[in-house]
Amino acid sequence: MLKVPHVTSYLTEHFAEDAFGTLAGYEKKGGYAAARKALTEMAPGDVIELVKASGLQGRGGAGFNTGLKWSFMPADSDVPKYLVCNADESEPGSFKDRILLERSPHQLLEGILIAAYAVGACTTFIYIRGEYSFPADQVERAVAEAYDQGHLGPNVLGSGFRHDVVVHRGAGAYICGEETGLLESLEGKKGQPRKKPPFPAQVGAFGMPTTVNNVETFCHVPYIVNRGAEWFRGFGTEASPGTTLFGVSGHVVKPGLFELPLGTPLSEIVFEHAGGIAGGRKVKGVIPGGMSMPILPAGQLDVPMANESLRERGTMLGTGGIMVMDETTCMVRVGCVISYFFRDESCGQCTQCREGTGWLNKIMNRIERGAGQSEDLGVLLDIAAKMEGQTICAFADAAAWPVQGLLRHFRADFEEHVRLGRCPFTASFEL
Amino acid sequence: MISTGTRSKIEAEMERYPQKRGALLPALYLVQAEHGYVSSDTVRELAEIMGLHPVEVMEVVTFYNLFFDRPQPRHHASVCTNLPCSLRGARVLLAQLEEHVGSKVGEPTDDGRLVLGHEECLGACAFAPMMRVDDAYHEDLDLEHAKSILDALE
Ligand SMILES: Cc1cc2nc3c(=O)[nH]c(=O)nc-3n(C[C@H](O)[C@H](O)[C@H](O)COP(=O)(O)O)c2cc1C
Ligand code: SF4
Ligand code: FES
Repeated sequence: MLKVPHVTSYLTEHFAEDAFGTLAGYEKKGGYAAARKALTEMAPGDVIELVKASGLQGRGGAGFNTGLKWSFMPADSDVPKYLVCNADESEPGSFKDRILLERSPHQLLEGILIAAYAVGACTTFIYIRGEYSFPADQVERAVAEAYDQGHLGPNVLGSGFRHDVVVHRGAGAYICGEETGLLESLEGKKGQPRKKPPFPAQVGAFGMPTTVNNVETFCHVPYIVNRGAEWFRGFGTEASPGTTLFGVSGHVVKPGLFELPLGTPLSEIVFEHAGGIAGGRKVKGVIPGGMSMPILPAGQLDVPMANESLRERGTMLGTGGIMVMDETTCMVRVGCVISYFFRDESCGQCTQCREGTGWLNKIMNRIERGAGQSEDLGVLLDIAAKMEGQTICAFADAAAWPVQGLLRHFRADFEEHVRLGRCPFTASFEL
Repeated sequence: MISTGTRSKIEAEMERYPQKRGALLPALYLVQAEHGYVSSDTVRELAEIMGLHPVEVMEVVTFYNLFFDRPQPRHHASVCTNLPCSLRGARVLLAQLEEHVGSKVGEPTDDGRLVLGHEECLGACAFAPMMRVDDAYHEDLDLEHAKSILDALE
């Protein structure tokens, strides 16, 4: 079935038209003009400067400045350089990359071409999570079309630039979204993240300099090349320009995808665009950016959805996956579901992460069952603190933050379970 | 035995990567498409084709959820039970489906037709509850719809 955003801006303007997914349909709407312009009229360094000036931040979760990341690639080097498109999208609450892959694979390929030219990459590996069969088929079809028309291959768009794209399917492991776990997996190994440094720009895929960007990040690039950095900065906030795709799920009337400027207040997204809370109930809490990001309580939904303002509230934009929970929700059950996920997905290399995720989940379950002790709350926070900033990759932080957020804003739910020796939320979603 | 057809597809995949080992995940998909799972004999055979040690292949098979080291029922039907789906009743649906097929999560039906499972987020959170049946997504499910999808599996 056709999945398109409920609200669109430049990035998803044509997503309702089926033909936009084909090369001909995409070119009819001006597609590949930006790649032609970049590859024939601009020097690679100019492209990097333009993207830097636009202030585009990576849309994969960390929000790093994209142009700056590209500038870390060695400019002259006689070894092959690679580009990787991170399409592993597995952060719970996120489904934006999937819609981009399904609806607009040529927009992605055009962004990739421009980025590849900027960093001097000879090949791009598009790493798509294994469960995304249909999206991967769409991308493979688009890649074949692009080769057919000379938009990929030895002489891209007649510019003399050579570029190849390899579509690589993952096989079901959340940790392969972490960029160095992804690189290991791409090399045919277990997806266990690498120690950094060296960073991928020095030693990346197959030992070569590599840039990793998210699907959505690439999709913004053609618009910046076509319309300029100033135009791009006309959307969003000073520190966080552009629009982004907010995915809204949970207890709302109209769950879905919404393309809105960064900095749009969370309350506007939940109550206007997503239609508010279903069943006329009240909101209790909202996770603003995918499951790794700490929850916000009902009183803080005025926050603008941009990293600079979310950080002040102790959370982050992450992937823009907004999960809404109504007043019936038991926050200990939420903790059980979240901690189970991280326990299940830890790659097991670091003791703090392997053991910590297990204990967080055990204690959450114990409290939910009514067997928790009052000390357990302190123990949860203690474990979370010991996991943070101690490990090979940020997965352990991502496992610790949601627990800290739940205890910061919903400690009363936990205390109530301990006091009563059972779960008081009889109308909550069922475990 | 890996057929000659599959073997040549694996060799073609190896050409696409700067190092042959990069083709291991695609190769395992090819093997699995042919045999339904990856047996220890095929692990040895594949290792030889790719110039790897069998343990290097085996550890990859066991690391990833989508590779199987033993024979599988004909169909996999997995309901996502991560938070957004659970908020919209996924766990209740899964329990009802267990009852409907007469088998628990992870236990194949007696006729080897189907195994129910649960999955972490599959990127369909706004279309919850949902399940993945083999390679296809089924979204915005209710019980009747989900039952009819399972009943239609051969
Ligand atoms: C545990 C973990 C999982 C991640 N999963 C993803 C993912 O599925 N997709 C993604 O684009 N980035 C993911 N990231 C972020 C990547 O490591 C990387 O920062 C990103 O792909 C860079 O692209 P960007 O600069 O365009 O955002 C993950 C990071 C961590 C720590
Ligand atoms: S933090 Fe966790 S997921 Fe990351 S490398 Fe360590 S054990 Fe693996
Ligand atoms: S939580 Fe079920 S698809 Fe995301």
